[in-house]
Amino acid sequence: MSADEPLVLGIETSCDETGVGIVRGETLLVDAIASSVDEHARFGGVVPEVASRAHLEAMVPTIERACGQAGVRLQDLDAVAVTSGPGLAGALMVGVAAAKALAVALGRPLYGVNHLAAHVAVDVVEHGPLPEPTMALLVSGGHSSLLLVPDVTSDVQSLGSTIDDAAGEAFDKVARVLGLPFPGGPHIDRAAREGGQVAIDFPRGLTNNRDMERHRFDFSFSGLKTAVARWVEAREASGEPVPVADVAASFQEAVVDVLTRKAVLACMENGVHALQVGGGVAANSRLRAMAQERCARAGIALRVPRPGLCTDNGAMVAALGAQMVARGREPSDLCLPADSSMPVTLVRA
Amino acid sequence: MLLLAIDTSTSAITAALCGGPGPVSRTVLDARGHSERLAPLLAGCLAESGHTAGDVTHVAVGTGPGPFTGLRVGMVTGTTFALARGIPVVGVCSLDALARTAAAAAGDGELLVATDARRKEVYWARYGVRAGRAHRLTDPAVARPADLPAEVRALPTAGRGPVLFPDLFPRPLPVLDVDAAALGALALEGLELGLAMPVEPLYLRRPDALTSAERASR
Ligand SMILES: [Zn+2]
Repeated sequence: MSADEPLVLGIETSCDETGVGIVRGETLLVDAIASSVDEHARFGGVVPEVASRAHLEAMVPTIERACGQAGVRLQDLDAVAVTSGPGLAGALMVGVAAAKALAVALGRPLYGVNHLAAHVAVDVVEHGPLPEPTMALLVSGGHSSLLLVPDVTSDVQSLGSTIDDAAGEAFDKVARVLGLPFPGGPHIDRAAREGGQVAIDFPRGLTNNRDMERHRFDFSFSGLKTAVARWVEAREASGEPVPVADVAASFQEAVVDVLTRKAVLACMENGVHALQVGGGVAANSRLRAMAQERCARAGIALRVPRPGLCTDNGAMVAALGAQMVARGREPSDLCLPADSSMPVTLVRA
Repeated sequence: MLLLAIDTSTSAITAALCGGPGPVSRTVLDARGHSERLAPLLAGCLAESGHTAGDVTHVAVGTGPGPFTGLRVGMVTGTTFALARGIPVVGVCSLDALARTAAAAAGDGELLVATDARRKEVYWARYGVRAGRAHRLTDPAVARPADLPAEVRALPTAGRGPVLFPDLFPRPLPVLDVDAAALGALALEGLELGLAMPVEPLYLRRPDALTSAERASR
């Protein structure tokens, strides 16, 4: 193999997407996804057992599709990478087992990688090598993390994370309150375009002086979600119509304000000049706009991968695996566990 | 012909290479370690037999029924291995493999296989035995042991059912978990006969979740 252009297949099954991506060095060849999101919509949220069943069904067809579209034969791979955590235990196990089977069958090294680090690493296929260090804000239905990343293949530090709900979870819950479908993010984003961002003054969690000492880079969205629900209930009780667009816009503004304010502050206090935003919520148009505005003002380069690479996918796992191979990192052992609560500081299990 | 057999539907994580002069099989007992331990076991089987992954011509996987998480580890391992080598993969009901091992030591008549389905239930199927060979009489099912007819529970019983419910299964057989060598032998016979052996997991239970509509109707 060529050490700087390794051909790596990555598998991602930490939640409800079966993702298989193939990367050559820093070039994305294919990003194949099978999603069970429609099945979960019937349940109003991700059901772990439904997700695990879907992963088993989708694994072989998705690998086949990825190879077909990329024009790659499995025996040409230099390494196999897989999300080994964090995520839903039963879902992770399907991907980890599949990756190990490829590694044994092909006689190739296996890299069990951290899902959050992979969200950061994926940007190399879009915007080239990661600035070192990079600050990463990862926001989705499963995570809300602020990470300081000196080297995505070996050194990722957590500055803060949510102390209750994930940002995307808050979007889902508020969407339910407003009678919008699951997943809530895109629907709130759309509704908010017609509404007033300052129509309703919703709380900004963990931003007062005391909280900024103890939880400087942590987030909290549970209070905000409750405040929205109370406001809507009061409206309904008074017999007045609920202004869905205003509620959506003001809620979204509160979330995005806190996320970008803390992310930019973290960059400035740590002397970091690049901020990457990833995770499903990075597709939110208001988050992108406000991050752009605040980064520009602070002299920080903003990097946001395209929406398809922000949500969970296999390409991000392949991208991180390829960077590990290129930097000569040790592969994982075949007895690698699926670790549902894998700490972000553990980049490779 | 060299067939790799895998089963993870019981407390045993088991793999075997069959079709050569004598099967090479490896088993570890670890009801929760499937995803960690299966791949090293496969690598060990290959190494011990002096074969490489490239020598394997067929794969057989146990399709359960069994606790879902472990079952899936074996099934996805087998199907992905087969994909990587470009070889066929077949599925075998895991209870049939237990019955095959048990029948070898039992006399003519009938036997029962009852395995741990968790939640105080068993996966079970009834088998006829003739000349040391078992053939399945009922479809695999899941039930509370006490709900099985008394004459069924009274049959000689393989699997962990009798270990978990000794009062309800009075005639335990000394075959507790699947042996991949038995599963592999069944697969080889099925291939010989040209049987359809679909690789479909036998869950026998729906996922534990209510749809929004079901929740609303309660
Ligand atoms: Zn994610």
